[in-house]
Amino acid sequence: MAGIAVSTTINGDQAEFLCHPDETLLEVLRERLGLMGVKEGCGTGDCGACSIILDDRLVCSCLVLGAEAEGRRIATVEGMAQGDKLHPLQQKFLEHAALQCGICTPGFLIAAKDLLAKNPDPTEEEIRFGLAGNLCRCTGYDKIVRAVQDAASVMRGA
Amino acid sequence: MRYIRPSSLEDAVGLLANASGKAAILAGGSDLLVRMKGGFIEPDVIIDIKAIDALGRIIENDDGFVIGAAVPCAVLGENTALRNAWPGVVEGARLIGSKQVQGRCTIVGNLCNASPAADSVPALVAAGARALVRGPAGSRTIAVETIPVGPGKTSLAPGEIIEAILLDKRQRHSGDAYQRFTPRTEMDIAVVSAAVNLTLNDQGVVEKARVALGAAAPTVLLVEEAADILVGSRVDDGALERLAEACSAACRPIDDKRGTVEFRKKVAGVLAKRVALTAYQRAGQK
Repeated sequence: MAGIAVSTTINGDQAEFLCHPDETLLEVLRERLGLMGVKEGCGTGDCGACSIILDDRLVCSCLVLGAEAEGRRIATVEGMAQGDKLHPLQQKFLEHAALQCGICTPGFLIAAKDLLAKNPDPTEEEIRFGLAGNLCRCTGYDKIVRAVQDAASVMRGA
Repeated sequence: MRYIRPSSLEDAVGLLANASGKAAILAGGSDLLVRMKGGFIEPDVIIDIKAIDALGRIIENDDGFVIGAAVPCAVLGENTALRNAWPGVVEGARLIGSKQVQGRCTIVGNLCNASPAADSVPALVAAGARALVRGPAGSRTIAVETIPVGPGKTSLAPGEIIEAILLDKRQRHSGDAYQRFTPRTEMDIAVVSAAVNLTLNDQGVVEKARVALGAAAPTVLLVEEAADILVGSRVDDGALERLAEACSAACRPIDDKRGTVEFRKKVAGVLAKRVALTAYQRAGQK
């Protein structure tokens, strides 16, 4: 196929792909690389379901072109668990039943991971503001906030 | 469609000026990609300016700050010197979108998207910010308020790129502030907004003032008559009342589902009073 050759790093592994110039990184991750944890909600940067971390910045992959990934580092939900061992955020989302349909969950996990990397001990308000770019239409936000608080304390070793 | 990532500004200007068909500049993409997806724009060439080194930096020099066109708003918030010197500019920039959008969006993109409700523009106008523009005919520096000429329209000539936003070195006893009204506290578009920038003398009397309103007219408004009211005052109750009246009177807003004309006029005055007080407080601390 004619396209742009892109070389990038995804969850620590080298990855190469070809894409069209108008193809979003979200489309590349799902349709070319099979990373189905990245969800498409709105496609316009409003819902956060496609959140990824691009070179240490939380972004919506629907608002990034695939071609822009050249030479960058990408982290998706697929890179959070270590083998069979879930990331503390994933474990706490399960324990607190912080999900129903699950479509928003990978985006929340990645956004929460980015939040805790920058602020290991956030207040409830900081969590709510930090996750305001992620929408959940099922369960509401209280359980998600409690799961993030609990995971934060585990990760701090408290 | 082609995607090109030039490594110099000269190349970017050349590509933009000589593009056959429609060319679009990509920095953060938080407006461009949404408009492409919605079918509102179909560029033939996308020029990604993020590989141009100088455009990705904030530089502090003897004249003030140079904010490159590709610097995401999140980085503005992380720059302590900029936050201390121009807190109102930074608070406007930090109100655009979510954390995800903050990692991408830029103040130059916000300016060139030319929405009357753009959150970073009123504070830039109040700050007297200038845009460094590079085009086929060379460079020029123009006041930020001359760039948007109507919703979605700018005064930039074909082939011109904004390279950076320039903010003056802060004088003593200076402060600025920005606030907007939105139904939701995050991720919403301003129904109406206000920015004030003040410089005081040693006695705490306002020497210089600039007042700007957002979402109150087809472009962000610089309200000189409101600034004149603050000059010579200590931002007392009387001055604040007259400031609010002048701001309400300057508004030429639309009536839509987010707010009526009457509401926008009233709230423009209320916000102007609040930000004038915050700017005054900040100026007094320096």
